[in-house]
Amino acid sequence: MGAMVAGALRRGSGYGGGGGGFRCSSRLLAQSLRRFASTLVVAEHDGGFVKPSSLSALAAAEAIAKGNKISVLLGGFGPALHKAADHAASSHPLVSEVLVADSETLAHPLAEPWAELLHSVQQKGGYSHVIASSTSFGKNLLPRAAALLDVSPVTDVTAIKEPRVFVRPIYAGNALCTVKYTGEDPCMLSIRSTSFSPATEAMSETKVAPITQVDLSFLSEGTIGKSTWVNLTSQDTERPDLANARVVVTGGRGLKSAENFKLLEQLAEKLGAAVGATRAAVDAGYVPNDLQVGQTGKIVAPELYMAFGVSGAIQHLAGMRDSKVIVAVNKDADAPIFQVADYGVVADLFEVLDELLKKIPDKK
Amino acid sequence: MKILVAVKRVVDYAVKVRVRPDRTGVETANVKMSMNPFCEIAVEEALRLREAGAAAEVVAATIGPTQSTDTLRTALAMGADRAVHVLHDPDPARPLLPLAVAKILRAVALQEKPGLVILGKQAIDDDCNQTGQMLAGLLQWPQGTFASKVLLDKEKQKLTVEREVDGGIETICLDLPAVITTDLRLNQPRYATLPNIMKAKSKVIKKFTPEELSVDIRSDMEVIEVNEPPKRKAGVILSSVDELLDKLKNEARVL
Repeated sequence: MGAMVAGALRRGSGYGGGGGGFRCSSRLLAQSLRRFASTLVVAEHDGGFVKPSSLSALAAAEAIAKGNKISVLLGGFGPALHKAADHAASSHPLVSEVLVADSETLAHPLAEPWAELLHSVQQKGGYSHVIASSTSFGKNLLPRAAALLDVSPVTDVTAIKEPRVFVRPIYAGNALCTVKYTGEDPCMLSIRSTSFSPATEAMSETKVAPITQVDLSFLSEGTIGKSTWVNLTSQDTERPDLANARVVVTGGRGLKSAENFKLLEQLAEKLGAAVGATRAAVDAGYVPNDLQVGQTGKIVAPELYMAFGVSGAIQHLAGMRDSKVIVAVNKDADAPIFQVADYGVVADLFEVLDELLKKIPDKK
Repeated sequence: MKILVAVKRVVDYAVKVRVRPDRTGVETANVKMSMNPFCEIAVEEALRLREAGAAAEVVAATIGPTQSTDTLRTALAMGADRAVHVLHDPDPARPLLPLAVAKILRAVALQEKPGLVILGKQAIDDDCNQTGQMLAGLLQWPQGTFASKVLLDKEKQKLTVEREVDGGIETICLDLPAVITTDLRLNQPRYATLPNIMKAKSKVIKKFTPEELSVDIRSDMEVIEVNEPPKRKAGVILSSVDELLDKLKNEARVL
């Protein structure tokens, strides 16, 4: 019903034209949305649990409207999916329904069947908002589904000002753009997970949302036969996930070799930190590219970010400038990284690393 | 087979952009403009596929103001055979959105009938990372986004794409025609040589308007304002590791 009211209001407002009349009815629209917002969160899961980035998407859904009814869409194949569905059902007080799409076709994150799924679920549910997290999965899927629905999504939202007014970084984070979505339902956004902290308070045992199976009859041979998943080569690592780590230690070209990166890994071990890298370090082959932090790599915002031998190019700063405390160690006192660092040490990074390794006790 | 490559003219990646005092956008007057770095990689990949005998022709396309011709000339100087320019003058409050660009590119693709469309994974100005996915969705073609390696099997009409994803590298296989978007590590773009720059001047650029392609470029997004990001407070330079550890423990309390 919410979608109908909102739709009627918008039709009456002639929203395409803008102008004074628009502003007035947009306030009405905003009010109606606050009352009737219904959001679909496209969640990712791993090992039977909803991923932390998707829990951030739930927090963003909460920020859209108080009393927002949130539906969570989980897709995949097999028992781990259903375990994750149980987790999703009790993951946030506003979750009113968990939709489970269980199919071999969805076992891997291929955009083609997933976009069909999202399109179909939206058409049945008539949600006012669709939210995914800006992970490689979300960035691959959301725009394709948006094109099928003929709406413009908003990428990498860092703040929600009103149900349809968002802030997002542009030009590698050197400007913040406030945009208003004026199109048809749904308003689709991918959120920067480091900007929305998931609710930490424990859910009461009694509040568990119902779990519904999605009707998958829309999956046609025609669209899903066009792509096949072959494999995923992942770097097995014991350390925390880069995007969600509390501490990140990063190395740049100054590390000089893959061998020297081991020193950073030792430090990371002691701090319980994730290891990151600049593009220069990745291109030089010191570390695999999924460790790259920056405009085109991962965006991180840990409590502590320690940069060793990193000059601080615009593109790298884009990925870490929202960290709470930034430490920079660099020989070059003029390196731009010192302009964003809270604590800087102008010294040979190898000497500093050695000393840190000696002086920081092992993690219990 | 023909390859269509989409390119965009953006503020050069090395420029430190400034927000306009009236907060309507960033300063683009008298600022160095270049081809979006990811688009250069897309052009390079198309040329390599042509040089490997997998494609017969490379067509570059752009959507933008008159000056975007320069960007097309750069693509032609790198080695593209011809180009399509869809003229559009941007309005800062209602910028051309990826959905509109994807619709225009679909119209161009329906005209040119390429077997493969290559785009950059994102433009470094709007940082949207949407156009390729939307184009693939509109055409109902499979997509290989964030590609770091592309292998084309001409006989089977299949494309194997290695993609840079969060957990590592994912390999997928796509039926042609398909859309791919390039990641930084796909290749190292070549420089245009002077003779090739001269030759590019005589290559054909076809011009269209969105109306001629019957594409509706309505925008469903309004830019309300553009601001500077909050400045970080000035940091301090420390003289020793002990001092650093002390500050991290007792002042910042992060250790």
